[in-house]
Amino acid sequence: MKIAVCVKQVPDSWAEKKLVDGLLDRAGVDAVLNDLDEYAIEEALRVVEPLNEGNDAPIHTITLISMGPDRATEAIRKGLSMGAHDAILISDSALVGSDALATSKVLAETIKSGGFDLVFCGTESTDARMSVIPAMLAQRLGWAQLTFAGALKVDVASSKVEIDRMTDAGVESMSANFPAVISVIEKINEPRYPSFKGIMASKKKTVTTKSLSDVGVSAGEVGLATAWSVVDDAAARPPREKGLKVEDAGNGGDKLAEYILEKRIV
Amino acid sequence: MSNVFILVDHASGKIANTAGELSAFGKRIGGVTALVLAEPGTGAAIAEELKAFEIEKIIIVENVAFSQHGIPAIADAVASVLASHSPKALLISTSARGKEIAARVAVQSNSGLITDAIDISENLIATQSIFGGSFTVHSHVKTGTPIITIRPSAIDFTATPSNPTIENVTVEISDIAKLVSINNIQPAVKGGRPELTEAKIVVSGGRGTNGDFSKVESFADSLGAAVGASRAATDAGWYPHTHQVGQTGKTVSPQLYVACGISGAIQHRAGMQTSKNIIAVNKDPEAPIFDLADLGIVGDLFAVLPQAEAAIIAKKR
Ligand SMILES: Cc1cc2nc3c(=O)[nH]c(=O)nc-3n(C[C@H](O)[C@H](O)[C@H](O)COP(=O)(O)OP(=O)(O)OC[C@H]3O[C@@H](n4cnc5c(N)ncnc54)[C@H](O)[C@@H]3O)c2cc1C
Ligand SMILES: Nc1ncnc2c1ncn2[C@@H]1O[C@H](COP(=O)(O)O)[C@@H](O)[C@H]1O
Repeated sequence: MKIAVCVKQVPDSWAEKKLVDGLLDRAGVDAVLNDLDEYAIEEALRVVEPLNEGNDAPIHTITLISMGPDRATEAIRKGLSMGAHDAILISDSALVGSDALATSKVLAETIKSGGFDLVFCGTESTDARMSVIPAMLAQRLGWAQLTFAGALKVDVASSKVEIDRMTDAGVESMSANFPAVISVIEKINEPRYPSFKGIMASKKKTVTTKSLSDVGVSAGEVGLATAWSVVDDAAARPPREKGLKVEDAGNGGDKLAEYILEKRIV
Repeated sequence: MSNVFILVDHASGKIANTAGELSAFGKRIGGVTALVLAEPGTGAAIAEELKAFEIEKIIIVENVAFSQHGIPAIADAVASVLASHSPKALLISTSARGKEIAARVAVQSNSGLITDAIDISENLIATQSIFGGSFTVHSHVKTGTPIITIRPSAIDFTATPSNPTIENVTVEISDIAKLVSINNIQPAVKGGRPELTEAKIVVSGGRGTNGDFSKVESFADSLGAAVGASRAATDAGWYPHTHQVGQTGKTVSPQLYVACGISGAIQHRAGMQTSKNIIAVNKDPEAPIFDLADLGIVGDLFAVLPQAEAAIIAKKR
């Protein structure tokens, strides 16, 4: 079985973000592996590890796929040090400013040529927060869409996947045969920290960098100029005015109630 | 001419509040056509409920595939109706499901997509609040039929009843939309409290509750508020994941947000900092949550909340 995990490098979710010309200032903040993609890598590892046990060379492999700038290799290394086997980075100057439709196109074309059985994703990238790439991939590939998985079962012998989709609407148990696109929510597992051994091993793993033409997408189909949607303007929200801070001297609750009643919120 | 499509959310035969909200937004752009995708035999009753809002036309598509195969089948039907009717735009409410339907329709119809708008103008400029409300962005779609998902509760409106025409449409669901079988559905149990994203007041508890949400809940009830939680609280299993507020939880923007025993990590702020009024109760005077609180009480939530609750209840009498 071959698994692909789509991972994105994003600005650190702990960092304050800035915009430059309507685009996120990615140079100004630390870039990390999208936290939610760690859950996807972890889940993929939990699927293949028991199956690979006892074999020197893995039979079931995990390939990380990322579209992003060259420095996204740092995020990819983290995934490799967790235990993924190799990686593909699609990096091309023509991709700058691509929207979700273009990103999903590039990722889908890359996945098509890889002979994968399953694709794992996070449920959202912490910068774009669209939660649309997995569904777009399933549509473009014509594969089963098993998204927002809070629990997952893969049966390799019968090529079957079962998930519990967990959203506000409730829990839906669903199943499909390979190939499938799966996205996982953060409650599904606890991602491991890369071990020292894992970090050392990751240095020897292969990261293949591909250009747009390598994956068979033309520059005219992607990038800022051809984006399906465009940003007209962006502005920082004015900071909140400084509020009142009071020490509870036995009447903190009364003060709280007073504030609410004065504002006529209830 | 009816020319803006809205996708109607409904569950167990009842339409969601978002249906009215989408019709109010849609009206700014043109006549509203409501799309009802439903189980065979249930569309007419849903259409009846929609008469409460200003809608020109209702398109009903009934198919068993919607409940058997879920989102891909729904997206197929939406894309097919979109292709045959060429509306000015398609509005869908923001949710896990709404965004995924929008995603698939966007790919199928080669259309641009904007997610989680908080406002939309008559010429289809969408306003988004991004990075947890730190920025306001305006954007528009320039290819295909603009597909825009809109955050629930983003509009206050008065419902005007109407008498829409009804069109029944049958669609072909593709084989790739039937690859997944839905075997069992456990709908979320709705408590007696208001929905987190729709509530006027939200009272949230964090690690400071130490697992005891009773004071948070009873204070919330005295205000008719929804209850939220920080990720520390949901991770610990103290409160359901569906109540998590923040970057990987819900985004709320109520009249009043009361954070109790929550430090105010950037990922939590991302989900609540656009609230109109913010009150924080925290033992630690240095907690970052105080930076955005209009009123901060430095104190123990187990003392402050019951006292506040008693004062609110006394006033109500
Ligand atoms: C990718 C990512 C996504 C995340 N998404 C979210 C998210 O969606 N939502 C979210 O909330 N977090 C999220 N987090 C986690 C976030 O970073 C914080 O860890 C979390 O918000 C902390 O929760 P807390 O404030 O309840 O706990 P703490 O930070 O431990 O704060 C507890 C506070 O309670 C106070 N306290 C203790 N006892 C009392 C008492 N008796 N009375 C009053 N005050 C008391 C303490 O002084 C302290 O300030 C995310 C993190 C990452 C990395
Ligand atoms: N540029 C990218 N490269 C690889 N994977 C991506 C990229 N963008 C998004 N993804 C995947 O799609 C998921 C959802 O992202 P989004 O739809 O942007 O919120 C992420 O968790 C990743 O798994």
